[in-house]
Amino acid sequence: MAADKVDPIHQFHITKLIPINIGGYDLSFTNSALFMVTTVVVAAAFLFLTTSSRSLVPGRLQSVSEMAYEFVGNMLRDAAGTQGMKFFPLVFSLFMFVLVANLLGLFPYFFTITSHIIVTFGLAVLVIATVIIYGFMKHGLGFLKLFVPHGVPVYLMPLVVLIEVISFVSRPVSLSVRLFANMLAGHITLKVFSGFVVSLSALGALGIAGSILPLAMAVALTALELLVAFLQAYVFAVLTCMYLNDALHPGH
Amino acid sequence: MFVTSAFAQESAPAADTSHAATEGDTHSGTGVPAEAHGVFPPFDPATFPSQLLWLAISFGLFYLFLKRVVMPRVGGIIDVRNDRISRDLDQAARLKAEADAAVAAYEQELAEAKKNANSIGQQAADAAKADAEAARRKVETALDEKLGEAEARISSIKANAMKEVSGIAEDTTSAIVEALFGGKASKAEIAAAVKSVAG
Repeated sequence: MAADKVDPIHQFHITKLIPINIGGYDLSFTNSALFMVTTVVVAAAFLFLTTSSRSLVPGRLQSVSEMAYEFVGNMLRDAAGTQGMKFFPLVFSLFMFVLVANLLGLFPYFFTITSHIIVTFGLAVLVIATVIIYGFMKHGLGFLKLFVPHGVPVYLMPLVVLIEVISFVSRPVSLSVRLFANMLAGHITLKVFSGFVVSLSALGALGIAGSILPLAMAVALTALELLVAFLQAYVFAVLTCMYLNDALHPGH
Repeated sequence: MFVTSAFAQESAPAADTSHAATEGDTHSGTGVPAEAHGVFPPFDPATFPSQLLWLAISFGLFYLFLKRVVMPRVGGIIDVRNDRISRDLDQAARLKAEADAAVAAYEQELAEAKKNANSIGQQAADAAKADAEAARRKVETALDEKLGEAEARISSIKANAMKEVSGIAEDTTSAIVEALFGGKASKAEIAAAVKSVAG
């Protein structure tokens, strides 16, 4: 059991709560799904309930909702202009979803859905698919100008286009891996230091005294992870805004 | 972050059965969940379909809820507030302009009142001076009249006195003549003599 307690990977295990199997695919309702639903319910309930009074002079919680709304709105307007505001619901949903998922993951015993690459990759693919579909709908083949920067000498063009294509293709990967790796690494580190506390405390009085250092480290790391939770949600939203800007204005 | 031991217990049988089919039952009977030594959980493709499905369901509903309900509401609150603020600012600017106009009107009236007060004071002073002048003149004429009357009376009294003086002189002269010379001088002679002396 002691080995289980300090196993830093254990927290990422998917467990089936309601097994569902359709057409050979395992579509079970897992702890991951439970926390996706929890994230959505918490975020939606917070935004819904704090704004229910529609006060002209907002209270603290209503201010938080309004700040999040205006924060994302300004971010999108700065990056993609007024035209970009049609994607406001998407960016706001992504920001709130990732932020609340990251923050919920900081609670002990809670599952962190953003520590699974498939979840972050799913969100990143959603963003890139939106960019591609909207780009071709709006500009037709003109969207391909995205890969052809202005003012590049003709003999360099094949190389530049190749680089642009690679950079575009790597976007969903970098977008998803950045969030996933940050959450994964943070939670493993936190678990390792917490594990030290448990292991050292089992060694008697000297061990308990020695466990103060990793305990302090775990506290500091929790604060850092709180920052990372905000920062990664922000970075995800900012990059989404910049990619959407490409869909709106493909010419560099 | 931490998974409870209850979760771990629960997961063990399910994990064992799912992995038994794919990678062979190498860990059953050890009492340790199979995943612990199998694929790194975030990279386990067996969980991908379920996670993607539930992500799509939960995020899709979240997106719709935010788009339909939350964002119109928050946007509405902010718009109403901005409208209200700009309306209040307009009203404040209007009230300030009115106050400025009132102050200007007041100052103008004050200046006019000062001017009026000066002219009224001037008129009053002039009138008072004229009255005083008239009164002085009246008193002077009255005094002049009285002075004239008094002079006339004095001159008449003087004339009478002078008339009586010649009579007294004649009487005195006749008495002196009688005492000195014992005879009586005629009245006419005495009168002529007095007249020549008084001449």
